[in-house]
Amino acid sequence: MFEILTKWLRKKEDSKEIGKNRLQLILIDDRLGVSHETLDSIKDDIFTVISKYFDVSEDDVEMNLQKEDGSVALVASIPVLGMKRQSVTTK
Amino acid sequence: MAGKSYVVTSGKGGVGKTTVTANLGTALALRGNKVCVIDSDIGLRNLDVVMGLENRIVYDLIDVIEGTCRPKQALIKHKKADKLFLLPASQTRNKEAISPKQMKELMIRMKEEELFDYILVDSPAGIERGFRNAIAGADEALIVTTPEVSAIRDADRIIGLLQADEMYEPKLVINRLSTELVKKGDMMDQDDIIDILSIELLGIIPEDEGIVASTNMGVPIVLLENEKAGPAFKRIARRLEGENIPISLTGDIEETLLNRIKRLFGINRKEPERV
Repeated sequence: MFEILTKWLRKKEDSKEIGKNRLQLILIDDRLGVSHETLDSIKDDIFTVISKYFDVSEDDVEMNLQKEDGSVALVASIPVLGMKRQSVTTK
Repeated sequence: MAGKSYVVTSGKGGVGKTTVTANLGTALALRGNKVCVIDSDIGLRNLDVVMGLENRIVYDLIDVIEGTCRPKQALIKHKKADKLFLLPASQTRNKEAISPKQMKELMIRMKEEELFDYILVDSPAGIERGFRNAIAGADEALIVTTPEVSAIRDADRIIGLLQADEMYEPKLVINRLSTELVKKGDMMDQDDIIDILSIELLGIIPEDEGIVASTNMGVPIVLLENEKAGPAFKRIARRLEGENIPISLTGDIEETLLNRIKRLFGINRKEPERV
């Protein structure tokens, strides 16, 4: 009881939580077999496609694999600065 | 009833595969089963040392596979558990000396010719040829991990590799769990680990300093007077036999508390018996 109280007062995050969170992130990579290099090149490709239609800044693109309830999602956040005007002549 | 074979594996080294194999094998034999423990760590054998049988090796695993001798000639019978046998690994060869196919054939022979109820194969660390040999011919896999990030990560990798080899239901043994560290929030507990690995938990072995002495003496801890790891191994053996024994850490804590009280009142435990 005293232990719980002192821990609560200190409000220090348990090292096991840090370990568990790190492990979960590592395992997402391991299980998918996707390296950071692959993720980077997916990010580049997505950026190239999006920038054909929108004004986007490469620096603001964020892409991550996230674990939600046992499944993994590829989540990309790409802030749009503006619409690109389509040329009339190109189709 | 045909015998059942298990591979004891982990990916990471030093998590206690050999200790688990030796103690689980001994515990099963003490319960009346005919048990064979096989050391498949060719070139780096250690199961013989942990079991105190290193001076009695004549033939080894490769001799049996290559037909130099019959299985009976290579099997070493334990003096303290007369239904327990060790098939040692060769120390002078390497893992490429045998193939998974040969290992599979050997396991069938051990079941059919020697009529073992249980065969436990101690796997080498790693995921290469030695691991492939160890899992070949095993009916089921027992994965040993400690509550550490690196060991759990490797266990996860092993689970993936086993599934690719059509072993879909490996069971987990968590070794060296410290109730003190768990209480302090400095160690993952069984729920955290199962949450991550999503496999069936077979048992938890509490951290026990007695293991060091047991290994020094070459006597598996289940053969010694012991209040922590020993009973935990025995419970796992009974679960393998199909008994339904609930897994709880509190079981271990209560046991230690009880023993502490016993000591307080001078009811000391016996000195470990020497063999």
